[in-house]
Amino acid sequence: MILVIIAWVMALLAIVAAIYAVETKDLLSSAIAMGIASLVVSIMFLVLQAPDVAITEASIGAALTMAVFVYAIGKTRRWEE
Amino acid sequence: MRRYAGIAVALLFFAFSISIFIQLIPYDSYEGSAYHYKNPINGSVANESVPSHYIKETRNETGAVNAVTAIVVEYRGFDTLGEVTVLFTAATGVSFLLYQLHKKMQRREANLITKEGSKIVLPFALLTGAYIFIHGHLTPGGGFPGGSVIASGFLLMLLAYPKFFVNEKRLSYIESISGSIFVIIGLLGLLLATSFLQNFIPVGKPGYLFSAGIIPLIYIAIGFKVGSELSSIVQKLKEVEE
Repeated sequence: MILVIIAWVMALLAIVAAIYAVETKDLLSSAIAMGIASLVVSIMFLVLQAPDVAITEASIGAALTMAVFVYAIGKTRRWEE
Repeated sequence: MRRYAGIAVALLFFAFSISIFIQLIPYDSYEGSAYHYKNPINGSVANESVPSHYIKETRNETGAVNAVTAIVVEYRGFDTLGEVTVLFTAATGVSFLLYQLHKKMQRREANLITKEGSKIVLPFALLTGAYIFIHGHLTPGGGFPGGSVIASGFLLMLLAYPKFFVNEKRLSYIESISGSIFVIIGLLGLLLATSFLQNFIPVGKPGYLFSAGIIPLIYIAIGFKVGSELSSIVQKLKEVEE
């Protein structure tokens, strides 16, 4: 039962973060929202009994991919037109 | 119109993941349908599917408690070699694309919390990464997650200190030496056993640190390789032209 509640909250958070990442004009917030989405998805992997995938998703999706985007935004511009 | 289509796709994904959690789609009872597992070494055919063979026999055949690691390194070791090559090619491509003759580091100062917090977190990140890839055959994880955890520790230092810098030559030495160790272990399998990347060390007792033959050795090599590659990618991205 508790797993189903966690699943609802995590899936809703992932959807909200993904839609926000697409819709916002601020690219820095968009990158951070993508990081939040992949962190939440990694918790879902953990609940689905795939801890190997969860560790990889948390470190690559939430940390390294976000860093790549943040450095790229720092070299170009922050606001979408 | 495209916006609504995207939202519809997102809601479909939501419904799909919820249906997995409330067991409309079972995910833990798959046993496969093709019941003719063929042993690659002696060629005998057994009346079971490949997934059920992996679930039942991994522990006896490879000595690894973590079946995922046994499949990635032992049964499908050649695929892992290809995966490592893909990552190597990507890191080389990034360093070619971002090559700068006169480079300098970004000079923006980080705030106090990032600076002091990274000093505390960095040793634990390195320790966690090393733990994940050394214990790859016992606990969840392995070379790729462990290496990326180490790289995220370096990323934290790169974010906190503007002048922090890892020697690129040293990184590339670590990377090439550990990649060579992987291939050499594979060739030793060809020499001492029957095929490339086959286990030639005694399997030992499952559950102990020194067990599972070549799996810990290969995963330590992969951990060092992935960690140095991802660190060099992140460092290359930090550099700006003068």
